[in-house]
Amino acid sequence: MCANSPSFDPATELTGPMTSAVSFKQVSRHFGSVRAVDAVDLDIVPGEFFAMLGPSGSGKTTCLRLIAGFEQPTAGSISIFGERAEGVPPYRRNVNTVFQDYALFPHLNVLDNVAYGLMVKGVGKAERLKAAEEALSLVRLPGYGTRRPSQLSGGQRQRVALARALVNQPKVLLLDEPLGALDLKLRENMQEELKSLQKVLGITFVFVTHDQGEALSMADRVAVFNDGRIMQVGSPEDIYQRPKTRFVADFVGSSNVLPPDFVQRYSGQHRWGSLRPESIRVSSAASGDGVAARLVGTNYLGATTRLALDANGLMLHAVVPAGTSLPAEGEAVLLTFNRESLHLMDEPA
Amino acid sequence: MTIAAVQSNPAPAILPGSGGMRGALSDLFWRRPKLLLLLMLLPPVLWLGIVYIGSLFALLAQSFFSIDEFSGLINREFTLKTYGDLFQAANLDIILRTVTMAALVTLASAIVAFPIAYYAARYARGRWKALFYLGVMLPLWSSYLVKIYAWKLILAKEGILTWLLAKLHLLWLLDAWLSLPIVGGNSLSVSFTGTFIVFVYVWLPFMILPVQAALERVPGNLVEASSDLGASPGQTFRNVLFPLALPGIVAGSIFTFSLTLGDYIIPQIIGTSRLFIGQAVYSQQGTAGNIPLAAAFTVVPIVIMGFYLWGAKRMGAFDAL
Amino acid sequence: MRSDRGQRAPLGLKIAAACGLLFLHLPILLIFVYAFTTEEKSFVWPPPGLTTQWFAVTWNRPDVWEALSLSVRVAAISTAIALVLGTLCAAAVSQTRFFGREAISLLVILPIALPGIITGIALRSAFALADIPFSFWTIVLGHATFCVVVVYNNAVARFRRTSGSMIEASMDLGADGFQTFRHVVLPNIATALLAGGMLAFALSFDEVIVTTFTAGQQQTVPIWMLEELIRPRQRPVTNVVAMVVVLVTLLPILLAYYLTRDGDQIAGSGK
Repeated sequence: MCANSPSFDPATELTGPMTSAVSFKQVSRHFGSVRAVDAVDLDIVPGEFFAMLGPSGSGKTTCLRLIAGFEQPTAGSISIFGERAEGVPPYRRNVNTVFQDYALFPHLNVLDNVAYGLMVKGVGKAERLKAAEEALSLVRLPGYGTRRPSQLSGGQRQRVALARALVNQPKVLLLDEPLGALDLKLRENMQEELKSLQKVLGITFVFVTHDQGEALSMADRVAVFNDGRIMQVGSPEDIYQRPKTRFVADFVGSSNVLPPDFVQRYSGQHRWGSLRPESIRVSSAASGDGVAARLVGTNYLGATTRLALDANGLMLHAVVPAGTSLPAEGEAVLLTFNRESLHLMDEPA
Repeated sequence: MTIAAVQSNPAPAILPGSGGMRGALSDLFWRRPKLLLLLMLLPPVLWLGIVYIGSLFALLAQSFFSIDEFSGLINREFTLKTYGDLFQAANLDIILRTVTMAALVTLASAIVAFPIAYYAARYARGRWKALFYLGVMLPLWSSYLVKIYAWKLILAKEGILTWLLAKLHLLWLLDAWLSLPIVGGNSLSVSFTGTFIVFVYVWLPFMILPVQAALERVPGNLVEASSDLGASPGQTFRNVLFPLALPGIVAGSIFTFSLTLGDYIIPQIIGTSRLFIGQAVYSQQGTAGNIPLAAAFTVVPIVIMGFYLWGAKRMGAFDAL
Repeated sequence: MRSDRGQRAPLGLKIAAACGLLFLHLPILLIFVYAFTTEEKSFVWPPPGLTTQWFAVTWNRPDVWEALSLSVRVAAISTAIALVLGTLCAAAVSQTRFFGREAISLLVILPIALPGIITGIALRSAFALADIPFSFWTIVLGHATFCVVVVYNNAVARFRRTSGSMIEASMDLGADGFQTFRHVVLPNIATALLAGGMLAFALSFDEVIVTTFTAGQQQTVPIWMLEELIRPRQRPVTNVVAMVVVLVTLLPILLAYYLTRDGDQIAGSGK
C-alpha cells in the first residue's frame, strides 16, 4: 500500500494488526464474456474515505455492488471486517448504500423512508422514528419528515438517502455517484459536507465516481479503475503527481503523456513519462535549452489559460496563470520544465 | 441509538440469518433466483398452457376427425375429409362473405377513426385530452350486447332512424337503399347494411386508440413544415400524415379484422339469414353437431389472421399497439 | 403529436371528430330513454310516454337476479384468479430477463388476440373430450383465462415505471425478500392491480361469446340478454337491464382510469 501523503492517512496512523474494512482477494465478476471485474485485489482500511475512480464501464460500480451484495463474485473472495461475504444476501450485510438515483420509496414519507431499515429489523415505532428524526437533523433536514420524496429537490433527496443509510449505523457506507445528478454549486457544498460527516462518524465510506476532481478532493485514498482492473491505488497526491501508467496520467487531471524516446532525452531512461500541464513554462525565446514547439491554440479558463502546443508532432498542453504575456497563435515558442517534475511511469515502454 | 456513537460500533459486519422458515426461504430465493422465477411462472404457464393451449390443440385435433353421415357420430380417425368439406361452394361463400365484410368494416373504421384520433392527438390538451380518452374508453368497455341492442332499437322498422328520416322527408332514400340487392332488405335491422353499421360501431374504439398512439409520436412541426413548403392540406395528408399514421391504422385493423372474422352475435341479431364464419362455427357445433367441421372453420380465421399479423409485423404495426 | 398551444383546429376536422364521438355515444344514451318508455311491444320512437314502472317489474324478476348473482360470482372469482396469475407473470417477465420471455407474453395475450369464438369452441371441445360437465367452474375457467391479460398489462406497465433500484434499496436496508415484497413492491403496484382487477371484473361481467360455449344451461347477465334479444319476452325489462349493465360497467372503468391516469395507460390493449 503506497501511502506517503502527509495528510490524514488511516493506514499509517492506526497501528496494530487491523482487519480491513473490505478486502478483495483476486475477485472477478464476469457477465458472459465481459470481464466487468477482473482479478482485483483491494484492501480498504477501517474509517477511511475511499474513492473508486474510473470511466464508465471500468468496473468500479460492479465492485461497489459486490460489496453491497447485489452481485456475487465469479471467482475470488470478499470479506467485510474479516467476515466472508460471498453468498451472503444484501439484507444480512451491515453495509448500506446511497444509490445514484437515490431510490427513495415514493409511497412512504421522508421519515418512514429513513426509518425503513429499523422498521424491517423490528425496532419499535417510537424508537425508530426518533432515530430517523435524529438522522434527518444530521443531514440538516430537520422537520422534513412528513414530506413526500416527490416534494423534495434533488439535493434534499440526496440527503434523505444519506440519512436512510446512516440511521442503520452501517460498518461501511457505499456511495454510488451520489453527486452526479446535482448542479455544480450544490455538488461542491455536498462534497464538503460528506467529508466532514465521514470525519465525525468515523464510518468507512466507499465512494464511486467518474469525476477525478471529486475523488481527489474528498478521498483519503483513491483506486483508479480501467477495464475491470485497478490501475493504481494511492493517496490523491500519489495518483496526481506520480501516476504509474499512461491511463492514470491521462485520466486523472489529464497529464501530458510523454513517449519513451522523448523521455530518454531528458532523463536518460527509456520509459514512459508524464508531465503536468502546470509544470511547463512557455517562453517566446527563439532558441535555447528546451523543447521547441509551436503554439496552436489558447483557451482562456479564468484564473488560468490553457495552451495547446505542437512539439514537432507531439501534442502537449500547458497551463499558465492568467495575465502571462503570450506569443500569438502559430508562433514558435520554447518549452522548459524542471527535471524533477518529469515523472517516470512504471508502465513498460 | 445515537449515530455519533457509531465509531465504536461493535455490531458484526455480517448479520446472522433471521432463522425460521421465512429467513431460510428468503435466503434460498436470493441464492437461486431461477428457482423463484420458476415458481412465479409455473402457475400462469400451467394454467394458460393446459387450459388454453391444451384446448386449442384439442380443437385442432378435432378438425382432422370426420362425422359419420348416417349415424351423426364422430369418427375419430385422421382424415382431411373435413377440410375438403370446407371448400364446398356454400362454405366458400361464407368465408368470402365474412372476409369481404371484415375488409369493408376495417376500411370504414379507419375513415371514421382518423379525424377523432387526429384531433385528440394534435389539438386536444389537458382536460379535453382526458375527455377524448374517456370518450373512447367508455364505449370500448361498455357492454357489447347493450351496444348491439341499442342499434336494434335504432335500426328497427319503427325505430329512431325511420322516424328521423320521415321528419326530414328522406324516407324515399331509405326505401331506395333497401330495395337494392345484397345490401338491402326488409328493414335496416335485417340487412347487410345494418350488420356493417353495427360492426363499425362496435369495433371503432379499437381503431381510434392505436391510430391516436401513432399520431402522438408525429412531431407537430412536420405538418407545419409541409405546409410551409407549399403543400396543400390534401398533399400534406397524403404525403406526410397518412404514411406516419399507417402503422397505427394497420395495428387497429388487426383488431377490427380479427373481431369481425370471429363474431357470430352481431350478424345473428342484426342481419340476414346468410351466415358468417362465426355463425357457421356456432351452428355446426351446436344444432348440426358437426364438431369436426366447426373446428375446421375456426382454422380459417386463425390462418387469415396469421398472414395478416405477419404482414402487419413487417409494416411495423406492433410498435403502435 | 405535439404542437403549439395557440393553434386552432380546422372547422372540418372539428365537425368530423365531434360527429365521430356522437356516433360512439348517442346509441348508448338512447338505452337510457328506452328504459323509461311506456311502449311494451315494439321499439317505437319517440316513446309514447315515460314511466318508471319497469324498474319495479325488473326488480321482482327472479331470473334477472339469478343471472346477476351468477355474473357477479363468476366475475369475482375469475378476477381473483386473474390477479394472482397476471401479477406473477408480470413480475417474472419484467423483473428478470430469461429465455422464452417473448413466448410468455404471447401466451398471455393470445386468448384475447384470437377471436372469442375460437377460445369458446376450443374450451367446449376440450370439456367434451375430457368429459367435464358444464358448471359454474367451467365458466370461471374460460373467464379467468382471458382476464389474465388485463391484469398482466396493468402490472407490467407499473413494474416498468417502478425503479429497479428500489428493490435493491430495500434489501440493502435489511429487508429480506418477503419484507421487500410486503413493504415496497406491493404498495407500489397496488393501484395498478386494483385497476387491472376492475377491468378484469368489467370484462368478465360483460363477456358473452366464450360464455355461450362454457355455460351449459346457466345464465349470466349477458347470456340472459342474448336470449332476450333472440327470443324477446318482455322488452321493457330488457331495456332496464341494459341500462343497469351500462351503469355497472361504467364505474369500474372510471375508477381504473383514475387509479392509473398519471403514467401508465390502460388503453384498449386490455380488451
